[in-house]
Amino acid sequence: MPSATLLGQSIVSGLLAGGLYGLLALGLSLSWGLLRLVNLTHFALALLSAYLTYQLGHVLHIPPWLAVAAIVPAFFVIGAALHAVFAYFRVAEFASLLVTFGLAVILESLIQWFWTADYRRYETAYATASIRIGPLFVPTLELLACLTATGLAVATWAWLRFSYVGKALRASAEDPAMAAAFGVNHRGQAYLLSGVSAAYAGIAGVFIALISTLAPSQIWAWLGVVFAVVIIGGLANPIGALLAGFLIGVSESVTMALVTPAWAPLVSFSVLILILILRPGRG
Amino acid sequence: MSGEARRVAVALFAATLGLAALAAVGLPAFYESFLYLIFSWIALATSWAILSGYAGYFSFGHGAFFGAGMYTTAALTTTLGVPFLVTLLVAGVLAGLLGLCIGAVVFRVKRLRGELFGLLTLAITFVLATIVLNTRIDGGPGVYLSGVPMPRLLASPTGTLYLLGLGLAVATVGAAYAIAHSRLGLGLYAIHDDEDVAEVQGVPTLSYKLVAFALSAGIAGVAGGIHAMYVSYVTVGETFSITVPLYVVLMSVLGGARHWLGPAVGATIIASSLYAFTGGQHAILGRAAVALALVLVILLLPQGVVPAVIARWRAWRREGRAPVASQAAVIDVAAQVVPVAPAALDCRDVWKAFGGIQALRGVSLEIKPGEIVGLVGPNGSGKTTLINVVSGHYEADRGRVTLGAVALTGRRAHEIAGLGVSRTYQIPRPFAHFTALQNVALAATFGAAHRPAREAQAEALGWLEFTGLGRRAGALPHELNLHERKFLELARALAARPRVILLDEVLSGLNPAEITSAIRLIRQIHERGVAILFVEHLMRAVLELSHRLVVLNEGEVIAEGDPQEAMRAPRVVDVYLGRARVVA
Repeated sequence: MPSATLLGQSIVSGLLAGGLYGLLALGLSLSWGLLRLVNLTHFALALLSAYLTYQLGHVLHIPPWLAVAAIVPAFFVIGAALHAVFAYFRVAEFASLLVTFGLAVILESLIQWFWTADYRRYETAYATASIRIGPLFVPTLELLACLTATGLAVATWAWLRFSYVGKALRASAEDPAMAAAFGVNHRGQAYLLSGVSAAYAGIAGVFIALISTLAPSQIWAWLGVVFAVVIIGGLANPIGALLAGFLIGVSESVTMALVTPAWAPLVSFSVLILILILRPGRG
Repeated sequence: MSGEARRVAVALFAATLGLAALAAVGLPAFYESFLYLIFSWIALATSWAILSGYAGYFSFGHGAFFGAGMYTTAALTTTLGVPFLVTLLVAGVLAGLLGLCIGAVVFRVKRLRGELFGLLTLAITFVLATIVLNTRIDGGPGVYLSGVPMPRLLASPTGTLYLLGLGLAVATVGAAYAIAHSRLGLGLYAIHDDEDVAEVQGVPTLSYKLVAFALSAGIAGVAGGIHAMYVSYVTVGETFSITVPLYVVLMSVLGGARHWLGPAVGATIIASSLYAFTGGQHAILGRAAVALALVLVILLLPQGVVPAVIARWRAWRREGRAPVASQAAVIDVAAQVVPVAPAALDCRDVWKAFGGIQALRGVSLEIKPGEIVGLVGPNGSGKTTLINVVSGHYEADRGRVTLGAVALTGRRAHEIAGLGVSRTYQIPRPFAHFTALQNVALAATFGAAHRPAREAQAEALGWLEFTGLGRRAGALPHELNLHERKFLELARALAARPRVILLDEVLSGLNPAEITSAIRLIRQIHERGVAILFVEHLMRAVLELSHRLVVLNEGEVIAEGDPQEAMRAPRVVDVYLGRARVVA
């Protein structure tokens, strides 16, 4: 039986890792749930943002908080531009999966071409800083990522729930024709939403650059887990995505601590399968 | 049709013979392994499309079955010394069983259609990978097959693999063709368009999906078994990677997933262009170029390459889209004396609730053989729910429905359709990718009539003539107007040769002239001995046609009997006109 400290530490690191899952899942969940687009490019954009942060910081010595200020608006524009393509060709749900897969491969190839397949690590003075709470260590950067994820999830939830745009988006997702009949300008809001989800990918990328080692093929490493998080959390449900991120993160890291790291995927995906099969309701 | 089948068989046979001869003569090993890879992808993509392309259940779990096959061969050949060719058989059977088991659980959950099914199957891939990685099947370091003896079908090992790949690819494409032109294929296509309607029309949807899934998984298993020998070093990371599930989807969609030849064409295009870019300086940009081409094709040809080419070819040859009525055999259904075995439909104390809403509260209703029973009631009174319960779409919470001596309660909808109960939908629900003729032919194939394909076609044309849609046989549903779609619903219900037909507001939305012709049609149907449950709001038609009237309100029968009298019953007047108030 592992000690309470080990268990506590693994729960902490699970929560922190889960925060990042939640952050990545957030944008994906929004575009899937509200625009019916399954956007694999999301992962590639997050990684692109990570490499940009690395490039700006490591090569040009621009600090990450300034990088965020450049990346967020730039990615908003990229997201909106992507949506222009989807809207022009009237891309349906499954076609979107294939098209965005193609785009993700293109981005991956470009990243590999520019930065090569070698591992890249953005070294910062604060990379290893951590706060000590009792017997537990909490890495500062991961905590910041987790708090950002929480803040964005809550803000997005409030935005969807209380603002006119949020309500209009949800109405359009439910019944586009009926929403349009009530005067909802779905097109404009779809651009906004695509931009916002891409900007979220950008923010996630900055943290990825600060926390982990980068390689172009990482795009595909997140795919399974983040999709599990999106589904468990419920489409277009920001708080759900965050909580599902925590659930998966904690279940993974506790498994790593209690059994062996290699069994961790079994736990998260079994959770997903069980939830899919057993969850009642929803037609 | 059989002419086409013969041509396809001859073409496949000739291709096999030619390619096999090529290997026997002795190709350079490089070409043999290049072609082997293409064959392997053809088998994988085509097998994927049998479930996912035809029935529309997009699976991202094809890698699981492929991997199961790889590890079956790897484990059996290295630890137990089982001959390679025998392990291929085992790999196919095991992967097929795996598909069957997954399907048996997953297909019972109605929510798991579309993308949820896809992600579930992807998750299963990761679970399987984790199990293989952490047990003695692999254990971590991977499995070497280099010591496994290769059967000498040809002199060189690459030649043998080439032949095995070729055989599997041809067999898979042949199977895909045969299924696409069979009852199974017809049922799968219908499931793709509208699964609930397919079931109600008599398609045994669950077993068809299971058969398709098992077959699809089994072929992937064999392909995996062969591939284990090809790579000769099997690792979890490579085997269960995202490559296989994504590439089979891309290949099939590129070529056209609903066409039997589409996945093979897509696989050839993608596999050869990937191969062309492996190695060399331009590998990375080459990959990007392939991806870009893929994006463009999907945006510009959403149906896939093969259907697009066929459409161009047909347009060029100025062919019509579908067989024209005058050329094909027509069974004159109006002139036929129909031997309908008369049967009474009896509902006894039927209850049905949706969550907190009690839709039916102990409804009892009988339709005698050859009788027209009108069923009226305000909106939300439970009329359509009753039809859904009788046709088996919903299961009653309590109560019993019988047709003659046979209990319908507890049976699946397709069995009930087979016993002779047909229904129409208030809002027509034709299969969107089927022509009017194919829509009706499906009912004739799977309904109580149970006809072989060619007869079903002739019979369907007959019913289209009967309902006045003969000239629209080749039209797709979206090209029909409301009146035509309503009559298509009717033709479909009739082609099943039912003993009881449940008409759900067939007249709503029609203009007076159309209503008159519809009433005439219903009379003709009745004259053939079919019992009719006639749900309708239009009182003129109800009173004109019904022998007996049942009035439903809030899930309860509040009046029953002679139409005129039932409508005058005080409770009915209350419900329709509000309670009379005596003002002093």
